[in-house]
Amino acid sequence: MRSNKVGWWLLAPTLAILGIFGILPFIYVLYLAFHQWNPFGANPEQVFNGANNFRRLVFDKEFLLAIWVTLKFGVFAVASEIVIGYFLAQLFMREFPGKGFFRTIHTLPLIVAPIVVGSIWRLMTTPSVGIIPFYANELFGIDINIGRDAGTAFLFTVIMDIWHWTPLVTLTLLAALLSLPKDPFEQAQIDGASRSQIFWHITLPMIRPAILATVFIRLMDALRTVDEVWMLTGGGPGAATRYLGLHIWKVVFPKTDYGYGAAISVIVLYLTLVMCWMLYVGLVAPRNKGN
Amino acid sequence: MRPSNPWLNVLLWIILSFATLFPIYWLFVISVKPAVDLFTTPDVILRSFYWKNYIDVLHDETLRRYMMNSLIISTGNAVLCTVLAFMACYALSRFDLAGKENIFFWTITNRMAPAAVFLLPFFLLYTKVFVIGDFKLYDTRIGLILLYCTFNLPFAIWTLRPTIDGIPKELDEAATVDGCSTWQTIREVVWPLARPGVAVTFILIWVFAWNEFLLAATLTSFNARTLTTGLSEYVTTTGTQWGKMAAISIFTLIPALIIFSMVQRSIVAGLTFGAVKE
Repeated sequence: MRSNKVGWWLLAPTLAILGIFGILPFIYVLYLAFHQWNPFGANPEQVFNGANNFRRLVFDKEFLLAIWVTLKFGVFAVASEIVIGYFLAQLFMREFPGKGFFRTIHTLPLIVAPIVVGSIWRLMTTPSVGIIPFYANELFGIDINIGRDAGTAFLFTVIMDIWHWTPLVTLTLLAALLSLPKDPFEQAQIDGASRSQIFWHITLPMIRPAILATVFIRLMDALRTVDEVWMLTGGGPGAATRYLGLHIWKVVFPKTDYGYGAAISVIVLYLTLVMCWMLYVGLVAPRNKGN
Repeated sequence: MRPSNPWLNVLLWIILSFATLFPIYWLFVISVKPAVDLFTTPDVILRSFYWKNYIDVLHDETLRRYMMNSLIISTGNAVLCTVLAFMACYALSRFDLAGKENIFFWTITNRMAPAAVFLLPFFLLYTKVFVIGDFKLYDTRIGLILLYCTFNLPFAIWTLRPTIDGIPKELDEAATVDGCSTWQTIREVVWPLARPGVAVTFILIWVFAWNEFLLAATLTSFNARTLTTGLSEYVTTTGTQWGKMAAISIFTLIPALIIFSMVQRSIVAGLTFGAVKE
């Protein structure tokens, strides 16, 4: 074996870049979170203020609202995607003409830039330009205005996310379904089990790890959604769709209250990591071990 | 639950494909309509094409610069990440480095953090800390290229590792016995065999960097703005120019679409974290 020195040299640039652009910002934001610093405020100096920023945060109504709507968005979007994605994956389990072609089309939204997804859906839903409000009004007499009605705006951010990311769920669940052994299903059919019995007692337990892993990946992504929602609703009306990322970017950041902004960033990072860790340790890891 | 007739399945997929494609088609419709026609009854079928929006975009000095920046930044980032990840994966795969699995895992965790969390520290580092004389990383292309490494380099290491691990070690050992230096072994033996995997990684990272918006919007102001940030400028200003916005969206979409048609299966494998292989 050659000397390990060469190996370390090959690894060094990667470690250096990730150190400077990954670790350093993290340490910096952690440091700032414990300081009072607003360069354009009454006292522009950095002053250590202990946990004051975090204390303020607990009473910040806007921030708490952002957490709440983000969680709501994540849960609604990911749950719908899992259900629709599972159904579509089942459809792909059968042979039918043009399967490869339909699969390609279904995969298409995955590579569209999030910001373009936002602009596409904005053009679909803006009153008088978009086609959805027009036909909703023409055919059903429903008035759709995502700029005015909070519920509708929320609904369309979820629909947009479903359009964009369901393919990912379909494909991962399809991969899981394809890897299942055939025998238990045949045996169950011979024993006269009904479709729903097969689903609840055989399919679901067997693909459970795959479902949980998909939920894990999707939820992490859904909670950090910014670009699409910014393009579609701009976080409005009011703060109805101002999700955490948007809140940091559009509300916290422009205030130049850097210490407090850093504290919010740290908490968001903490929440994301803790949630992922809980999902992983509590759900994904033990199941994988079992199998 | 499952339709038993295959043609029922086909019918369902036709409807679903329509749902997938229609929003993109609508984007195109808006982009080839003159502004005065937008607010009449929405016409789903196109009867005439009005290309002025595209011509306007191509003649717009600012947008041309944004496009150029996007090209330079995504290509630069993809080259940098692929090369560094190739070296790192080679080191992790072929050398007996202390704690290398921990290092591997640590690099991956860099990707997990939400970009929004890094806005503030990066903004301050780029404007106030990483300053040499008059030079700041803020609003420079190199600044964005380096910044995207935080998210794309872990991804590259993750996707390249199996490729490099899959090349038999015996080949390098044989090359070493024949008197090749490490550099020669990499260049003559490993690199040619890893090329397909490297190409896929390169392309995926290129698309990620091309599509990125949030960090580019925050860390540039004039010189290094990218096409995605240009797109957002058309919405926030009063009186959105819908046609032009749609045309810019199409320009943003095209490179990704071309790439998608070339390496569709690998993109799926990359995006699903290797869950789907075909």
